[in-house]
Amino acid sequence: MAEQVLMLALSPTMEEGTIITWHKKEGEAVAQSDIICEVETDKATMEYESVNEGTLLKILVPAGGQARVGDPIAVVGKPGEDIGSLVEAAAKKAEAGAAAGGPQEAAAPAAEPAQPAKAEAGAEKPAAAPVSAEPAAAQPAQAAPAATAQAAPPPAGGLKASPLARKMASEQGIDLRSVRGSGPGGRIVKRDMDKALRRAASYGPAAAVGVAGPTIAGTPVAPAYISGGGVLATAGPTASGKDEQIPVSGKRKIIAQRLSESKYSAPHYYLRIDVDAGAMMAARARLGARLPKGAGGKVSPNAFLIKFVAETLKKYPAVNASWQGDTILRFGKIDIALAVAQEDGLITPVVRDCGSKGIVQIDRELKALIDKALSNKLAPEEYSGATFTISSLGTSGILEFTAIINPPGSAILAVGRIHKAPVAEDDGSIGVRSQMMLTLSCDHRVIDGAVGAAFLSDLKTMIEYPIEHLY
Amino acid sequence: MGDYDYDLLVLGAGPGGYVAAIRATQLGLKAGVIEKDKPGGVCLNIGCIPSKALIHQAELMRCAKELEQIGVKVDASALDYGKVFAYSRKAADTLSRGVGFLLKKNKIDLIEGKGVITSAHEIQVKGHGKVTGKNLLIATGSRPRSIPGFEFDEKTVLSSTGALMLEKLPKRICVLGGGAIGVEFAHIMNAFGVEVHLVEMLEQLLPLEDEEAVQILVRLFKKRSIKIYTSTKATGYTKSGKAVKVSLEGREGKQDLEVDQILLVVGRVPNTDGIGLEKIGIKPEKGFIPVGDYYQSSAAGIYAIGDVVNSPALAHVASKEGEIAAEHLAGHQTPARLDPHAIPGAVYCEPQLASFGYTAKAAKEADLEFEKAVFPYRGVGKSVAVGKSDGILKLLVEKETREILGAHVVGAEATELIHEILLAKSAELLPEDIAMMIHAHPTLSEGVMEMARMAEGWAIHV
Repeated sequence: MAEQVLMLALSPTMEEGTIITWHKKEGEAVAQSDIICEVETDKATMEYESVNEGTLLKILVPAGGQARVGDPIAVVGKPGEDIGSLVEAAAKKAEAGAAAGGPQEAAAPAAEPAQPAKAEAGAEKPAAAPVSAEPAAAQPAQAAPAATAQAAPPPAGGLKASPLARKMASEQGIDLRSVRGSGPGGRIVKRDMDKALRRAASYGPAAAVGVAGPTIAGTPVAPAYISGGGVLATAGPTASGKDEQIPVSGKRKIIAQRLSESKYSAPHYYLRIDVDAGAMMAARARLGARLPKGAGGKVSPNAFLIKFVAETLKKYPAVNASWQGDTILRFGKIDIALAVAQEDGLITPVVRDCGSKGIVQIDRELKALIDKALSNKLAPEEYSGATFTISSLGTSGILEFTAIINPPGSAILAVGRIHKAPVAEDDGSIGVRSQMMLTLSCDHRVIDGAVGAAFLSDLKTMIEYPIEHLY
Repeated sequence: MGDYDYDLLVLGAGPGGYVAAIRATQLGLKAGVIEKDKPGGVCLNIGCIPSKALIHQAELMRCAKELEQIGVKVDASALDYGKVFAYSRKAADTLSRGVGFLLKKNKIDLIEGKGVITSAHEIQVKGHGKVTGKNLLIATGSRPRSIPGFEFDEKTVLSSTGALMLEKLPKRICVLGGGAIGVEFAHIMNAFGVEVHLVEMLEQLLPLEDEEAVQILVRLFKKRSIKIYTSTKATGYTKSGKAVKVSLEGREGKQDLEVDQILLVVGRVPNTDGIGLEKIGIKPEKGFIPVGDYYQSSAAGIYAIGDVVNSPALAHVASKEGEIAAEHLAGHQTPARLDPHAIPGAVYCEPQLASFGYTAKAAKEADLEFEKAVFPYRGVGKSVAVGKSDGILKLLVEKETREILGAHVVGAEATELIHEILLAKSAELLPEDIAMMIHAHPTLSEGVMEMARMAEGWAIHV
């Protein structure tokens, strides 16, 4: 029997996806796990692996089109099958969704009795039809929008999951629609949930305690490490004289939601320190000269900074920690994110376990991550779960700024431009040095002022006199 | 199939081997089974089946005592144990012929004779010459384990096989080994009037079972005058005339026990020697054939299941493993191995004991957050009506997810009752699902429902 291929939640926070390309054409055979299309989610472009098997009979959402999670995007079945009713049902569903303005799941069972009415009225006045009708049909409006979608109940029809799996999903805030069932008849069972939980956990410890979903950069950002990166330049002329309504993209919604959450729930305070970056820049130049040509190019100052921060964090486990409500989680590893600007937002690729890596290795990994970030190819586990974040606006010429903490971490370091500045030397004379302003934002629930200050001051000596840390 | 006689050639027609062969045939493969003895293996011939026949007779004997309560006198002095034995053999023979019939019905060749593997595709069968298979499945089972100083002679020191073949019962017996087999034989012998001494080296009879459940069994055993010695080792025995003196060493020191026979049931040894494993490069570890997913051995295309691999030595485990191996071989989707927490264990004595999954102790050791519910049999009307009100139904549930972690039932029909709970576990139902289901009244199964309700905090009859 032909089946609808539904848009899956390819990331825990995804509500809607845009089909970038179809890898399969109508009429082509599709096996389980085949990649049928690429979908742009709220944060990245993901490959959609088929859970259906058969022949791709009809593409319902062409490349470039959008579909909400749970919406049909194609029909798979046996060649020659009559799929007219499926396609029609899909069209209605999409229509109903567009009209109700909310996710579709509740519409399926509830709207059923109202269908005849919808069919008539829908033809002329699609906007009014589905939400009017009977009390039952009004539900889509309630069971709706954005923020609550993660905890939304599974659609009553079609989705098979064991009671245990449903319980786990509701407790851990996992959307069952994003989980592929491996039990009898495709039922979602515990092992599928375990897998989904592991996946969610890799987004960050916060996910493991219930706030499923990737953590997002909480910071203003510049083309961090990519110099001359005009990614943010707007294309067309501005100030046409007319106001313009820009639809908020899924990614923008999430950025808005996460940053507000962080800024409102974590009591931020800020510490500022002026650092002499001369030694660091000299070391960078020496390293550059030593590295063989074609070995990956110059090492970024960010790689140095990440390493220095990692070494300092080793001495301050209290800073490499997360507020968990009843407990404070001290992370076992030092995973440092760097905020990277994208055309339509920002993202924080994470270099894992920086404490045990050298500067060159960090630099290479960072470069690879940034390349991916700029082409929207980061996988969720590559941009979430940072224990500490660095944001640099130096290349934009910013001298100093404050950043919003990127959960689950409790601190973020805002790095200003390295610039020549007059400095009063110890002997009273005036010298000129390469100065850099660092601003640390801390979550006061986790890091007290004195601890944050000690960390930042140690980071300063680490950058200025790294040798002192070997004493 | 190419040049081979069979797609799947099975060595051993026990509950693992014959089931695997039938399953393979159902999936379109051609299978042959080699057996040196009767089809059905230990289970059917000298294990589960004849022992259950004896247990049934034992229960009838115990019912005689109930009849006395209503004034009916049964003359037990006329008991002819030889007839009890004959009844058990009849059951075994009937079922063994049944397996032969099943094989024939499925067009599976039963090749009778001892088989020795000579290469990855070839088994030399005594009296038949070589038989070839594209794939081999080793299901040669196990045999009773003896311990130094207590070698089986089947006269003084009996194995389970010897005990099942007794045509006359001793007056007194010392059962060494308090596992399921030992406990069942203690029950049988006691029911037929034998003085039973049951010795276990570890702290608890049925050491792997839940403590609370075992305590109830121990209490009822003691009531029946079965003598139980735990944390006790047998160090040797001497014969004096017809009697046997067994030297025991326990916490309270040494003592000698005078009995007529010793039944040694301290586990089983896999039959992995003398079957040609060296020819295919398989090196047993502690006697067991190492296997990976789908019970594949280290030799390509060769599977091993049942008592020859290191999993619980139970007939139903062997059967399931055989099914998995056959399904994998036939390219059928199947789990890679059994879920160890969903294997039922059953001890057929009085009271019966059945369980699966975590015991409270194991759950604690695994650092699981769990809750337990213990519902007494006497809260179930039926149990009182039929005079079987001793027992408990115990459920362990993960605290947050409410996942069923394990269940332990001790009491009448426990070995049947366990399956409703196990189905719930396997299908990932939650206690509330059992709690909400209507159970017929009056049944013992109501106890399962009440146990689940108790876990959810609303048992009615307690």
